[in-house]
Amino acid sequence: MEWETVIGLEIHAQLNTVSKIFSGASTAYGAEPNTQACLVDLGYPGQLPVLNGEAVAKAVKFGLATGSKVARRSVFARKNYFYPDLPKGYQISQFELPIVQEGKIEVVLEDGSTMLVGLTRAHLEEDAGKSLHEDFKGKTGVDLNRAGTPLLEIVSEPDMRNAKQAVAYMKTIHTLVRYLDISDGNMQEGSFRCDANVSVRRKGSETFGTRSEIKNLNSFRFVERAINFEVERQIDILESGGKVVQETRLYDSVKDETRSMRSKEEANDYRYFPDPDLLPVVLEEGYIEDIAATLPELPAQKRARFIGDFGLSAYDAGVLTASRELGDYYEHVVERLGGEAKLASNWVTGELAGALNRAGLDISQSAVGPQALADMLGRVVDNTISGKIAKDVFEAMWSGEGTADEIIDARGLKQITDTSAIESVIDQVMAASPGQLADYRSGKDKLFGYFVGQVMKATQGKANPAQVNELLRQKLAG
Amino acid sequence: MHKKTIAELSRSLQAREFSSVELTRHLLSRIDALDGGLNSFITVTAEGALAAAAAADERIARGEGGPLTGIPLAHKDIFCTEGVRTSCGSRMLDNFVSPYDATVVSRLKDAGMVMLGKTNMDEFAMGSSNETSFYGPVHNPWDLKTVPGGSSGGSAAAVAARLAPVATGTDTGGSIRQPAALVGITGVKPTYGRVSRYGMIAFASSLDQAGVLTRTAEDAALVLEAMSGFDPRDSTSSPAPVPCYHGSLQESLEGLRVGVPEEFMDEGLDSENRAAVEAALDVYRALGATVTTVSLPSLALSVPTYYVVAPAEASSNLSRFDGVRFGYRCDDPADLLDLYQRSRGEGFGDEVKRRIMTGTYVLSAGYYDAYYLKAQKVRELIAREFRQAFQHVDVLMGPTTPAPAFELGAKTTDPITMYLNDIYTIAVNLAGLPGVSIPCGLVQGLPVGLQLIGPHFSEARLLNVAHRYQQESDWHQRLPVGY
Repeated sequence: MEWETVIGLEIHAQLNTVSKIFSGASTAYGAEPNTQACLVDLGYPGQLPVLNGEAVAKAVKFGLATGSKVARRSVFARKNYFYPDLPKGYQISQFELPIVQEGKIEVVLEDGSTMLVGLTRAHLEEDAGKSLHEDFKGKTGVDLNRAGTPLLEIVSEPDMRNAKQAVAYMKTIHTLVRYLDISDGNMQEGSFRCDANVSVRRKGSETFGTRSEIKNLNSFRFVERAINFEVERQIDILESGGKVVQETRLYDSVKDETRSMRSKEEANDYRYFPDPDLLPVVLEEGYIEDIAATLPELPAQKRARFIGDFGLSAYDAGVLTASRELGDYYEHVVERLGGEAKLASNWVTGELAGALNRAGLDISQSAVGPQALADMLGRVVDNTISGKIAKDVFEAMWSGEGTADEIIDARGLKQITDTSAIESVIDQVMAASPGQLADYRSGKDKLFGYFVGQVMKATQGKANPAQVNELLRQKLAG
Repeated sequence: MHKKTIAELSRSLQAREFSSVELTRHLLSRIDALDGGLNSFITVTAEGALAAAAAADERIARGEGGPLTGIPLAHKDIFCTEGVRTSCGSRMLDNFVSPYDATVVSRLKDAGMVMLGKTNMDEFAMGSSNETSFYGPVHNPWDLKTVPGGSSGGSAAAVAARLAPVATGTDTGGSIRQPAALVGITGVKPTYGRVSRYGMIAFASSLDQAGVLTRTAEDAALVLEAMSGFDPRDSTSSPAPVPCYHGSLQESLEGLRVGVPEEFMDEGLDSENRAAVEAALDVYRALGATVTTVSLPSLALSVPTYYVVAPAEASSNLSRFDGVRFGYRCDDPADLLDLYQRSRGEGFGDEVKRRIMTGTYVLSAGYYDAYYLKAQKVRELIAREFRQAFQHVDVLMGPTTPAPAFELGAKTTDPITMYLNDIYTIAVNLAGLPGVSIPCGLVQGLPVGLQLIGPHFSEARLLNVAHRYQQESDWHQRLPVGY
C-alpha cells in the first residue's frame, strides 16, 4: 500500500515588541520569575487590556510580505480554559476575523526546486506564562513573565507532503520574520516554535486522514524527527487494520517519539467569543500603505537579485540570503571589492561560514567584518597573495593579528611574481631532481605536479601559482 | 448637615460654615448609629476618611478647593480602592486588598472627595435585591422588611438614609436605576463608554457602566462630570469630550419631545406605579413638553437576551478567580482540579454559580449560534428600535420598575421573577444608552421611580430634564422615617 503524508504547520512567532501585547510590561527574556508581569498580566480584578500598536504593525508587515489579505477589520476573541499559567482563565486571541488572511509563500527545497505553501491565516494573540514542575516539592511554580507576550500564529494550509518540506517551509518563515524584523526567531528561548498537524492517506485519495497535532516543536530537527516518527506510527496503525485517533501529541526528543497528550474527547471547548474589552481593530488604507513603504527587500527578491546580478548559483544565493544580516554582509564585501561576486560568495559561504560555525557565532558577531574581508580578497585579486595563502591570512585576521596588509607584511607573505626570481627557483629544483626530470621528459606527465610542489615548497607557497605553472611548462619542455 | 445636597455642602464648606472633617465625623457617626439596621456598608474607612477630609480642609483654606473638595462619598465595593479591601460582595474577594485605585476612584479622589467606605452589593453585581451579598442583605430605609434593590443596594440605601450625599454604583442591567427608584433617590447610568471601567470589577464587560446615586440631578451632574471622560486604560471608553453637565441644568423644556414606550406601560406595571408615572408626565406637559406614545416592539426580548449575553461574559470574566494568585483559596487542595473546584465552589455564592453555568452553556460548542449569536442579533435589533424612536422624540420616559420594593426573601426562590424586576431597565444597557431614574411618587409608602432614557451621550439633556422636574416636585426631598 502506498501512503501519502499530509502536513500543516501552526507556527508561533513571538513578536519583538518592547512591551507586551496588552500591557506596558517588558518582554525581555530571562528576568527573575514574575518580575515582568504587571497587574494586567496577572489578571487582577478590574484590569483591562490595551492593544499595543507595535504588535499590529508587525502583523501587518507579515501580511504584506506574504501577499496575504490584511483585514481592514479584525476582532480579538477570548479562548477560555483554566490553567495556572493562564491568569485570566482565557487567552486573548483572534478567532473568526484574524488580521492576516489567505496568503502564499514560495519555499525553496533542498534540491533547489520550489513549492508554494498556502497560508490560511496569521493572527495575533498573547502568550501564556510558564508552569515550572521541578524544584517545588510536588507543587507547581508559575512564572508569568512570558504571559502577555505578543505572538503571531501563522497557520499553513495542509500543503506539505513530507517532513523535509515542512522543515523547508518553517525555515522560510523563520527567515522571513527575521528579515521583517518582527521576531528574533530565537528557538532556544521559544520565540519561534510550531505545532504540526500530521495525517496520512492512501495515495490518490481525495479526503484527508485523521490527523494528530504534535505540540510545541522548537527546533527544525525536532520538527523533522517528530513528523517522521508520527507518519510511521500512523501508517503502522492503518496497515494493521487500526484507526488513527484524533488527538494532541507531545514529542519527546530524548526518546525520539510522540506521546498522546489528550484525545479529541478530552479536548477543551474553548468557548470563543469576541472580547468585549477590546474594540475591533480597524485599519485605514493609509496606515497599511505606510507600513508597505517600510518593507525591506524580501528573501525571495534578494535571492533572485543575487542570481541575476551576481551570477550566483541558486544554491549559493539561497545560503547567502538565509538571513538579512548575511546577505547584507555579502553585499558589503562585493561592493568594497568592486565586483568579484563569485569569489566573495565562495569566501563568505566557505571560510567565513566555517569560522563562524566553529566559534558558534552568527554573522553579526563575526571577528572579521565585511570591509576587512573585502580588503583581504582585494589582495588575492591583485595577486599580492595566492588563494591558498589567503586562508592563512584570514585565519590570522580571525585571531586578531591585524589587517590583511599588516599580516602579509609581518609574515612576509607577499606573493613572488618576479619572473626571473621564479625561474631561478625552477632552475634549482630541476637541478636537484635529475631523475624526476628525466622521467617527466620521457612521458611521465603526472610528475608536473611534483615540480609545482617543489617550487611552492621552496618559496613557502608565495610564488604566484599561475606563473609557476607557465614557467615550469616552458622549462621542463627544455 | 446630612440633609444638605452636595451643592449646598459645597457652598457651606467654601464659606467655612463647617469643615470637611466635621462633616465627615458627623456622617461617620451616623453610619455608626444607623447602619446596623441597614447593612449598607461592607467596609467603613474612618481613618482614611478623616485624613482625606483634613487634607481637603487645607486645600479649601488655601483657596484651591473645587466644587467637590471635602465632599464625602461612598464607593460601591466593586471599585478597586488602593489599600482597602475590595470584596465585590463575595467571599471570593473577602481577603482582597486592591493594590490600585479604579479610575473612577482616583478621579474623585483628585477632585478632593472623601471616601467614607465601601458599600454593600449583590455578589459580583449579580442580583436585583442585594440579597446575594456574602455580607448579608441590605435593608431599605423606607421599610427594613423590604429590599433596597440591587445590585448597587448598599449605595442606594446609604444615600437614601443620608449616610452619604453620594455613592458610586454600576449598572449592567439596571443596578443603579432600579435601587435608586426603590429607595427614592436619583440614579444615573451614563452612556456605555462615558465612564472608565478600569478598576471596576467586571461582571458583563459590554454592559457594565459606572454611574452615581445622589439625591438630586444637580448633585449627579457635579459628580458625573468629575468621573467621566476618556481613559487610555479602558479601550472602550469614549474620547468624546465631557460637557459641563452642571451648566445646562436650567435649560427650558419648552418643545421637549417625550416618548412613552407603550411596552413600558403594559399590564405588568403596578397600577399605582403607573399613576405616579402619569402624574410625572403631566408635570412635563406643564413644563412645555409634548408627550407621545412610541413603540419598542422587541423590548419583551430584552430580558432573555440579557440573560444570555451577561452570563456569557460573566462566565469568562470570573474565570480569573481561581484560587491561584489572589482571593479565596480552599484549604489543603489535593491537586490542581481540587484547587479550582473547591476554591470556586466555596468562594462563589449560588447566583454567581448559576450565571457562570448559564454563560458557560450558551458559549459551548453547538449552542453558541443558537444562544450567544442570536442574542447579539436581538441586541442589535433592540438598539435599532431605540435609534428609530429617537428620530421622533428627545427622551423616552416610563417607570423604572414594575412595582415598589418587595419584601426580603419574596423572590429569592424563583430567579425568573427576580430577573423580571429589571424588565424596564435592561434594554437600555443592551443598547448602551444613558438612563436616569428620579423619584416620582410613593406607592403604599414606598418610593417609585420615573425612568428617563436618551440617545447616546445625551447625559447633559437627561440631567437637565431630571433637574427641571425636581424643581417642580419634592419627591426627591422625602425622607424615610428615622433618617
